[in-house]
Amino acid sequence: MLSRVADSLYWMARYLERAEHTARLVEVQLNLMLDQEPGSSERRWGRILTSLGLEPPASFAIEGSTIARMLILDHSKRSSVVSCIMQGRENARQVREQVSSSMWIQLNRVFHEIRRVAHSETESDLAEFVAAVRDAGYLLQGITDSTMVHDEGWQFIQIGRYLERAQSLTKLLDVHYREFFPKSETGGDARDHLEWIGLLRSCTAFEAYCKTYTADLRPDRIAEFLLLNPEFPHAVRFSIDTVQRSLNSLPEASESRKASRLVRLAGRLSASLSFTQVDEIMGQGIHSYLEGIQRQCGQIHSSAYQGYIDYPIEMALPA
Amino acid sequence: MLVPMPSTPFHQYELDSAWDEMLEPDGSPRSHYRQMVQLLRDLPADEIYRRKQAADQAFLHQGITFTVYGREEGTERIFPNDLIPRIITGAEWAHIERGLEQRIIALDLFLADIYGEGKILDDGIVPREMVYTCRQFRRQMKGIRIPRGRYVTITGSDLIRDPSGNFLVLEDNLRVPSGVSYMLTSRQVMKKTFPKLFQRSGVRPIEDYPQALLSTLRSLAPNRNSEPTIVLLTPGVYNSAYFEHTFLARQMGIELVEGRDLVVHDSVVYMRTTAGLRRVDVIYRRIDDDFIDPLVFQRDSILGVPGLFNAYRAGNVTLSNALGTGVADDKALYAYVPKIIKYYLDQDPILNNVETFILTDQTSREYVLDNLDKLVVKAVGESGGYGMLIGPHSTAEEREDFKQRILSDPRNYIAQPTLMLSRAPCFIEGSVEARHVDLRPYILYGEKVTIIPGGLTRVALRRGSLVVNSSQGGGSKDTWVLHS
Repeated sequence: MLSRVADSLYWMARYLERAEHTARLVEVQLNLMLDQEPGSSERRWGRILTSLGLEPPASFAIEGSTIARMLILDHSKRSSVVSCIMQGRENARQVREQVSSSMWIQLNRVFHEIRRVAHSETESDLAEFVAAVRDAGYLLQGITDSTMVHDEGWQFIQIGRYLERAQSLTKLLDVHYREFFPKSETGGDARDHLEWIGLLRSCTAFEAYCKTYTADLRPDRIAEFLLLNPEFPHAVRFSIDTVQRSLNSLPEASESRKASRLVRLAGRLSASLSFTQVDEIMGQGIHSYLEGIQRQCGQIHSSAYQGYIDYPIEMALPA
Repeated sequence: MLVPMPSTPFHQYELDSAWDEMLEPDGSPRSHYRQMVQLLRDLPADEIYRRKQAADQAFLHQGITFTVYGREEGTERIFPNDLIPRIITGAEWAHIERGLEQRIIALDLFLADIYGEGKILDDGIVPREMVYTCRQFRRQMKGIRIPRGRYVTITGSDLIRDPSGNFLVLEDNLRVPSGVSYMLTSRQVMKKTFPKLFQRSGVRPIEDYPQALLSTLRSLAPNRNSEPTIVLLTPGVYNSAYFEHTFLARQMGIELVEGRDLVVHDSVVYMRTTAGLRRVDVIYRRIDDDFIDPLVFQRDSILGVPGLFNAYRAGNVTLSNALGTGVADDKALYAYVPKIIKYYLDQDPILNNVETFILTDQTSREYVLDNLDKLVVKAVGESGGYGMLIGPHSTAEEREDFKQRILSDPRNYIAQPTLMLSRAPCFIEGSVEARHVDLRPYILYGEKVTIIPGGLTRVALRRGSLVVNSSQGGGSKDTWVLHS
């Protein structure tokens, strides 16, 4: 397949995953704000912004709903939900003939809905709206998986979606554990309890966690679940395993040295997530472990680019 | 004059001096339209309306759109399609076919000649300065031996029918003619809309166009490679005909590429794929000459492929159509086509031209300037109905504007009499009315000439209008060429 097409499908998936992730963070936060105590909400917005790679506001005089609106509807912010959906759609538009018509229609539906809300003057019910965006994301993923041929193009969509997911998950975990983990070693309190539920729900993981470990919320178990679980779709290990599977199913890139480096990188990360014990991670410091995952995800991305999309001509001439 | 068939849905149908495709001058249906007339009479009005709705929906869902330039809002539009097919008899078609074949062969020889030895110029048949001042003349092509020596692979000539029913060639589109996807999709829709009539009428099939195009392109591959890689080169999603590009690529099963997908190395063209570089042998290009290679033509083009022209010159890749073919559809050189046919084939043209005034000629120019209100003036290099003055429908201001333009650059304009295009029945707001139409058949020329029986019938949907271009309020209808 054309490298440009693979590139567009990959970024379409990344942007749409990013939009869904941000929408979910905002949704959970708006819900948590309902039973907050003074100060906790501002710090939480600060953490969300940090985990999305944005500067937290200098003063917390800004209303939470203003930040929420910015994260969802601000066109000028590249990481806002509306920007991500626009960029995802633009990438899909560039390869319109490669995506199924049902996907394109659903994508347009989300796009027009979010634009309508963004342009409307009336203060809409943001919570309801982010929930709709999140559901639209699930629907789109379902349509993609059930209407597209699971060929090379679909594999690039998988790689984009799950690499993005692994990276946003690790960022979110990092920010959260920095603030709450040292405290919880000494027991934690009721407010912290709410924060851990928030974290799980931001990863659609609360019910799934309870099913596995009961409602007894312990930071090490939460880390184990969100990092190392092989069966939960919003766990880092599940995401990396999916990336690895998709990479393995791609046809040999012309220059096999590049491809084998890529397979090695993904395999190593997947193996590390499969064989590491959570006590080791907590023992050596979860922060450095998460940073390691981030770095390796970055390497997988650039190596996939060098192998399949942006390779130098001299190395790819047919023999 | 109103037709002597006052019954619905024909109560609005007018006949006048224009040739009517459906009715004889006395108002009785022509024999090949009889079944159609009967069907339209028999169908209850709401049933016709329902079928019209269903057909429109089909077009909408297939996303068959085109882009209108020069407007900001709503630039993407559904191409309006009229429900009632235009019917051409087997005998009429045989004549058209012979005429087009003759014309294309002659024009191809003409291009080979002017980019080669230039005999027709030496012999004074076509004025040398007329060729060299043509904006579509590509001096870079002079003396190049192009793969297989074929210049025009794909043509969409525009034919009209005069008041006596003769088919005339209005223009030859030898660069990147479009519209073939409308022809194919409107046939699909029409089969669903009038299945019984279609079956009874004995209509020649057109569905093999993509295969015919593919084998034509394959036959032009530079080396005797039995499995050449063929691609369709598009300017990208913002081009008005992007829908057609994706449609054709999909139908032919070839890769749809943009300029940035192709690289040239050692005068060989490759496309970037996830499995490395793959050699490209034939490019069906839907990009104009000017934009195709920034190293040779327009330097700021980002649509093209740097180095492509070198690969072409080296004979390593086929471009269809060849570069520089636009010189032969220049509207002034058009006037010489009958002479060109005579010169190369020693035959009289089977399909005639429309009378054309060359404005570099002083007598013609004076006549034209005195009669602007009766004539149609066209810029020689424009297409799509842009840059045109239709005398009888113009204001004094517009005429004055064109007068100045002609005087400052006479080579850039030609004039023709205002033509009464023939009229065909169209379904307009619940009744059947007559509208002016033209016909664009598609001609393929690889090792031999192949003409798809049918084409795009374009309709001027506004009452009385003579402009059929989609950008100017035109629509299209299916074209049925009958076996007999």
